[in-house]
Amino acid sequence: MALNYYQPLFEVIRDKERCIKCQACARQCANLVHSYDEELDVMVSDPTECVDCQRCVSICPTRALKITDNPNTFRRNSNWSMQIMTEVYKQADSGGVLLSAMGNPKEYPVYWDKILLNASQVTNPPIDPLREPMETKVFLGKKPRNVKFNKDGTVNTDISPTLELSTPIMFSAMSYGSISKNAHESLARAATELGIYYNTGEGGLHRDFYKYGPNTIVQVASGRFGVFKDYLETGAAVEIKMGQGAKPGIGGHLPGAKILEDISKTRMIPMGADAISPAPHHDIYSIEDLRQLVYSLKEATCYKKPIIVKIAAVHNVAAIASGIARSGADIIAIDGYRGGTGAAPTRIRDNVGIPIELALASVDQRLRDEGIRNEVSVVVAGSVRSSADVVKAIALGADAVYIGTAALLALGCHLCRSCQTGKCNWGIATQRPDLVKRLNPEIGYKRLVNLVHAWDHEIKEMMGGMGINSIEALRGNRLMLRGIGLTEKELEVLGIQHAGQ
Amino acid sequence: MVINAEEYDYYELNRIITGSDDTDIDVSGVMGQRYIGCGASNKSITVHGIPGNALGAYLDGSTITVYGNAQDAIGDTMNGGEIIVHGNCGDTTGYAMRSGKIYVKGNAGYRVGIHMKEYKELYPKIIIGGSVGDFLGEYQAGGIIVVLGIGCEASVPVGSFCGTGMHGGYIFIRGDEPPRGLPVQVCCETATDEDKKIIKEYVEEFCTHFGYDAKELLASRFFKLTPNTASPYKQLYTNN
Repeated sequence: MALNYYQPLFEVIRDKERCIKCQACARQCANLVHSYDEELDVMVSDPTECVDCQRCVSICPTRALKITDNPNTFRRNSNWSMQIMTEVYKQADSGGVLLSAMGNPKEYPVYWDKILLNASQVTNPPIDPLREPMETKVFLGKKPRNVKFNKDGTVNTDISPTLELSTPIMFSAMSYGSISKNAHESLARAATELGIYYNTGEGGLHRDFYKYGPNTIVQVASGRFGVFKDYLETGAAVEIKMGQGAKPGIGGHLPGAKILEDISKTRMIPMGADAISPAPHHDIYSIEDLRQLVYSLKEATCYKKPIIVKIAAVHNVAAIASGIARSGADIIAIDGYRGGTGAAPTRIRDNVGIPIELALASVDQRLRDEGIRNEVSVVVAGSVRSSADVVKAIALGADAVYIGTAALLALGCHLCRSCQTGKCNWGIATQRPDLVKRLNPEIGYKRLVNLVHAWDHEIKEMMGGMGINSIEALRGNRLMLRGIGLTEKELEVLGIQHAGQ
Repeated sequence: MVINAEEYDYYELNRIITGSDDTDIDVSGVMGQRYIGCGASNKSITVHGIPGNALGAYLDGSTITVYGNAQDAIGDTMNGGEIIVHGNCGDTTGYAMRSGKIYVKGNAGYRVGIHMKEYKELYPKIIIGGSVGDFLGEYQAGGIIVVLGIGCEASVPVGSFCGTGMHGGYIFIRGDEPPRGLPVQVCCETATDEDKKIIKEYVEEFCTHFGYDAKELLASRFFKLTPNTASPYKQLYTNN
């Protein structure tokens, strides 16, 4: 009998008194953890394939189920954790590269949680957003250096194209293929209703969603999947994907088995063919080369759409951002190392890149120092978890944020981090029709709208507390921030003072 | 419409071209202006001189004829149409091209046909008359690349690392020796008469454009490169 070197991560606990053997859990689990034994008339569970997605727990009508960590432990060792040992066993079994999904789960510092916001007391009184107007609208794109007038004295409003957002939040790039059509529809409809934007990712745009074009950012990556004239013309902006926070320096590979008919149509590649996105754009080895792609896209869209360049936050991000600002791009999107993904090698996800908070602070400072901050808008991503993170990001210098993981949570994701298996029980990161239909876009889009509305209210509350009534006045306003428990160096990079100062 | 490009930078020149309702556009005196014919549909653009980078990028069904040499990234992400270069061209010719044809009389640079792909009736073709640099057909996912090696003195008309990452389509190379150092994921065999039928139409068109004898060219030895499905570019992953 084969030895099991490692054990299941989770344990299924079923309260037999509550269980009514309705078998809903068995029907719902794509990992086939639950089953009904007719002979013995009992529900049985095999936790080997359980990913703790909480679907069975959520669906159980009598709340008879719980998923917990497997209490079995290897001998404790502060150096060789059970997880690291398990990974060694897995690789010794298979010889494979470890593959994970969603963002870096390691215990690195979360700087958002070490920054505190200010509020007004006595002088410069707080503003009540329920009573007074608060402006959360933002425009992304190049801002003119000075006001120009026409000959008749009117203001010349002929400026570079911009994106108008009702609130400084957008949905990050997630391709059709990595997530389901129903998930895309939910994002597209929510973005339209909210007056913000969602992002196609690099997998092209499904024909059914061209109608949401005015609220769509279309992405161009190294593989150029689904990129053609109609696609570029349909989007409100075009994003060049140079990198992704979850896997800086790594390309993408959607295996042929996942290229089903509809995805093949949208990516414009044959069914069953591997979709390989090389790590670099092989026509871009310099800022000058990047400028060429930026301008070829501007030419192809008649200079009517802002061009976004998205990069992963890496060590010398400030210098890279400075180059991007000079490449002609209108918006820089920076994705921190906690950004999510449908699949990434575990070692890359967990060890490459830097926190978005530090990247943002250094990029904003660098662009200001060089006098080119107005040339570009800065959008940050890579684990913006709440409205407080949004407010802190803007005070550190961001123009807006991208949310990906938070948006998926709104759609039901429980962060089981198993997207790569394609068996998402919540109908999000899957293409299996029986699973996809579990996500109703009618409900999904409303949940996304709720989330962003709620955050928008909270942003206004926090701004009001600071005595600020517009996002413009909050942007880069680091005086509103104080660090807590941070070193001198961290405070210096963040450009903020310590609490109490 | 006839345009003398000498006085214009790329922006001005391209605004004149895109702003014109004429289908036939003849541009002379071109000296490195980029993005000519970018995304153009239903036009016939003739270029005299040397166009700059990204000529005919995202081309969507137009013909561009260049009397001179072209530079880098011609036909980038091209979706249809034809680019005919009566001279040489630079690197990344036909990057991620999805359909249409590129004919180059002379030589081409590095990474010709990189990430070229096909989809149903969309089927891209690149025919190079002379020789090409390194990384021909890198990541190629579909379509046909033909290198004729006319006037090439080297024994093989392609550089190193040919077909690296190739996972679809065909590369045909005219010559008596196969390219050296092919990856194990690429099969290389002498093209049979049956194989040559795949490229006959395009070689003939090439000869019509540039005045060569198609029969003579097709009678020579060709090597046919295809992805080796027995040894795909698949990395073994372990769910974690």
